[in-house]
Amino acid sequence: MFIVKEIQTAAYLFASILFILSLGGLSSQESAKRGVLFGIIGMAIAIIATVLGEGVSGHIYIISAIAIASVIGLMVARKVEMTSMPQLVAILHSFVGLAAVLVGFGSYLDPKTQLLQGAEHSIHLVEVFVGIFIGAITFTGSIIAWGKLDGKIPSKPWSFSGLQIMNLSLMIASTVLGVFFCKAEGTSGMLPLLIMTAIASFVGVVLVMAIGGGDMPVVVSMLNSYSGWAAAAAGFMLGNDLLIVTGALVGSSGAILSMHMCHAMNRSFFSVIFANATASSSQGGEKKAIEGEVTALNHEEVAALLKEAKSVVIVPGYGMAVAKAQYPIYDMVQTLRKAGKNVRFAIHPVAGRLPGHMNVLLAEANVPYDIVLEMDEINEDMPSTDVAMVIGANDVVNPSAQDDPASSIYGMPVIEVWKAEKVIIMKRSMSAGYSGEDNPLFYKPNSEMLYGDAKVSVEKLLGFLKA
Amino acid sequence: MKVGIPSEIFPNELRVAATPKTVKRLQKQGFEVQIQKGAGVKANFSDKEFEEAGAKIVNTAADIYGTSDIVLKVKEPSVEEVGMMKEGLVMLSYLWPAQNQDLLQKLADKKVNAIAMDAIPRISRAQKMDVLSSMANISGYRAVIEGSYHFGRFLNGQITAAGKVEPAKVLVIGAGVAGLAAIGAANSLGAIVRAFDTRKEVAEQIESMGATFLTVEINEDGATSSGYSKEMSKEFIEAEMKLFSEQAKECDIVITTAQIPGRAAPKLWMDYHVAAMKPGSVIVDLAASTGGNCALTKNGEVYTTDNGVTMVGKLNQLPSQASQLYGNNLCHLLDDMGKNEKWKIDMEDAVVSRAMVTYNGKINWPPAPLPVSPTAGGKVKVVPPTAEEQKISDDAKAKKATTSMFITLAIVGGLLFLVGKYAPSEFIQHFTVFVLAVFVGWQLITNVAHALHTPLMAVTNAISGIIVVGGLLQTTDDIKSPMTIIAGIAILIASINIVGGFLVTHRMLKMFKK
Repeated sequence: MFIVKEIQTAAYLFASILFILSLGGLSSQESAKRGVLFGIIGMAIAIIATVLGEGVSGHIYIISAIAIASVIGLMVARKVEMTSMPQLVAILHSFVGLAAVLVGFGSYLDPKTQLLQGAEHSIHLVEVFVGIFIGAITFTGSIIAWGKLDGKIPSKPWSFSGLQIMNLSLMIASTVLGVFFCKAEGTSGMLPLLIMTAIASFVGVVLVMAIGGGDMPVVVSMLNSYSGWAAAAAGFMLGNDLLIVTGALVGSSGAILSMHMCHAMNRSFFSVIFANATASSSQGGEKKAIEGEVTALNHEEVAALLKEAKSVVIVPGYGMAVAKAQYPIYDMVQTLRKAGKNVRFAIHPVAGRLPGHMNVLLAEANVPYDIVLEMDEINEDMPSTDVAMVIGANDVVNPSAQDDPASSIYGMPVIEVWKAEKVIIMKRSMSAGYSGEDNPLFYKPNSEMLYGDAKVSVEKLLGFLKA
Repeated sequence: MKVGIPSEIFPNELRVAATPKTVKRLQKQGFEVQIQKGAGVKANFSDKEFEEAGAKIVNTAADIYGTSDIVLKVKEPSVEEVGMMKEGLVMLSYLWPAQNQDLLQKLADKKVNAIAMDAIPRISRAQKMDVLSSMANISGYRAVIEGSYHFGRFLNGQITAAGKVEPAKVLVIGAGVAGLAAIGAANSLGAIVRAFDTRKEVAEQIESMGATFLTVEINEDGATSSGYSKEMSKEFIEAEMKLFSEQAKECDIVITTAQIPGRAAPKLWMDYHVAAMKPGSVIVDLAASTGGNCALTKNGEVYTTDNGVTMVGKLNQLPSQASQLYGNNLCHLLDDMGKNEKWKIDMEDAVVSRAMVTYNGKINWPPAPLPVSPTAGGKVKVVPPTAEEQKISDDAKAKKATTSMFITLAIVGGLLFLVGKYAPSEFIQHFTVFVLAVFVGWQLITNVAHALHTPLMAVTNAISGIIVVGGLLQTTDDIKSPMTIIAGIAILIASINIVGGFLVTHRMLKMFKK
């Protein structure tokens, strides 16, 4: 049973519309679930229309591959914990990258494309080349991102002085290889293509290695964008409009998301992607000496402070995700709210390792989203806040960003917790945050440390509060 | 350096500029403290307490003014007091510089560096020194207490064996610091509280304190860049008076707090409003000292009108509490000026330069304007440029944007021409689709909620699994051909991506709830 080409095109158009509605639906909480549904329907239509189309053979292999993949996908998606969401998203990106590389090679080997003549043939070869290049970068870059997010690779930026020059010369080498590749007859261009793939894979590794853990949200959304462009490139080489549309949608949406993130960190997109933190935003000059000393409280004292406070703001960070403390934290929040206190969450746009990471974790713990506020909304209220609790966050509450031009994070908007009457910082030790910056907040007279694992600490606090 | 605190000589002034607690604090800052004998008596602080806190007791005011380097005072000094001051003395007190030009001249002639605590700019950094706010807080609270004292009933509603008690209705006019404090106090005593202010932006603050925000149906906002309200239009005032007439029939306690610095208080509650009120009702006028918001207020007096409404034109200052807060405000200012060790009169400093009304023999008043906005956090806002300036700069910007837009478009057009010239027609078609899709994607995501970034990314990720189509098109019936193998792997991993991505997004979204 085949469908004619016109029907297939119509089906593709329908699928494209559904994808657009899907992405549009995700712009608000109310319509988000509907958006996912649209996406699923669109995908199903796209796959069925393709499989039923003329010229597709090997149905048995297709069906078995999809069946196996569905089982694996289901298992992974069910098993994954919300805290390891960033890793999952990163590794899924690498799949798209790898698939793009494979489709590129497949298209190159396809006997049908060998018959193309003149400009059409050259354009096709360029498309294959570019598609594989982007796909390979996405593939290895995402794997490194996954490794960093999962803690398998140290998250400190790894870089050396000649990095930019090396990347540039690798790009030039790839272009030269591209010229050779386009001139080769038949499939004899395989060698330059393979060398280029190796180079692109290497570039992907180096690009992401050079980026610190704090900038990971940007990297993840950038790789998301790349995976879209890779799909679009595949669409060009196969002459398939659906792939082009969908790839372009994903690519441009990922790009604008990355730019949002960069904006939130007051960094330019290029400084995040191509350089390490210190080179970009630091304005030079002497670092401010930190005055004051660090004082710590025990759980009972902190609980007493909370009991007296009328308004409490909780600033969660990656530490909360690591300790999986969101459940006891929400328990604590409920206890405090029942006692008539105004308790709210303040989320920095780049808290965590994935855009919106904290929101997802808090939602997992059933925190209603109307008490979860953004940085700009909460900063105004900080001076009238009695207790600000910083749970596993560091750079996003660092006052150096406002008053120390020598700091590498100078100019980044931060949550002004130090304006609250009292600041409690829950932390495992005195180590620096991902940016490697020391945090003068800890030395302020109104801040107190509460050492220990966030989850254990919050549970202890809860004990004292309920007692 | 020596800090001296004289007794207040004005008979109705019960406060004192330091308490035993702030004396200790001053010493911590490195100052030596001396206080005039009996200075704290009216505020219930004995000399013994001051002595125990470490202050030296001095017999006469002349000693204080003659030997101290810094003098802390509450009321503005009298002519005699100025006479006693030594040259170079730094004096902190209320001064009302706008009304007291003569006094400023005298202080300047004496080369006294006087800081007017009432002229501290109302910016966030200076909130801790803002005596107007700390004192207004007290008077707002006290207004409710005194109003309730003169009112013959409970404030809260009760149902008792002896019968039902209706809750009292309190109307607060003006929601500045005093007004908000009054709302809070009345609300916690159980009254039904309503509040009126010409500034629309305070509606939220009023509601947060537990009162209903009353407003008139005229769209006019009284907010100004100085933080005080402006004078309203005639129509607005008429509507306001009508609203008050309705409220007068219902409300039991009316607290008026509208004041304009350096001017007579606006008349808001007219004689006919008073006449419309129920006997036994109370009006507490916090603006009594500047003429009163109510037409019938007599400053410094409490009396009952012919129709049985009690007019309260004076308030107990809660001298002990007020002294403590005032003293703290002073300590904060001294903190900011470098304490004893790094003491410096820094005329570059935004707070000091505005509050220091006489300096080195010259009058430094009025200061350069410093607009503030009375938002919840007292945050400083940038001065909005006037409409005209705004228009000019907007025009310039728009012009510039148009120019660069045209240049970009020209370049893009040129490039597209080249593509059209050399590329085959099929490529052009695909390219068209591609570019349009990029724009759609861009527009779609621009206004996505921040909290949804993770689900969004998971969904776009799943959708980018569309690459599976590429694999599907390349499979052949021959399992051994390298193409089929490559395509098979591509289908496999892309499908994992699709299924995993959608499912995980679904899981995430299920958790979001209000």
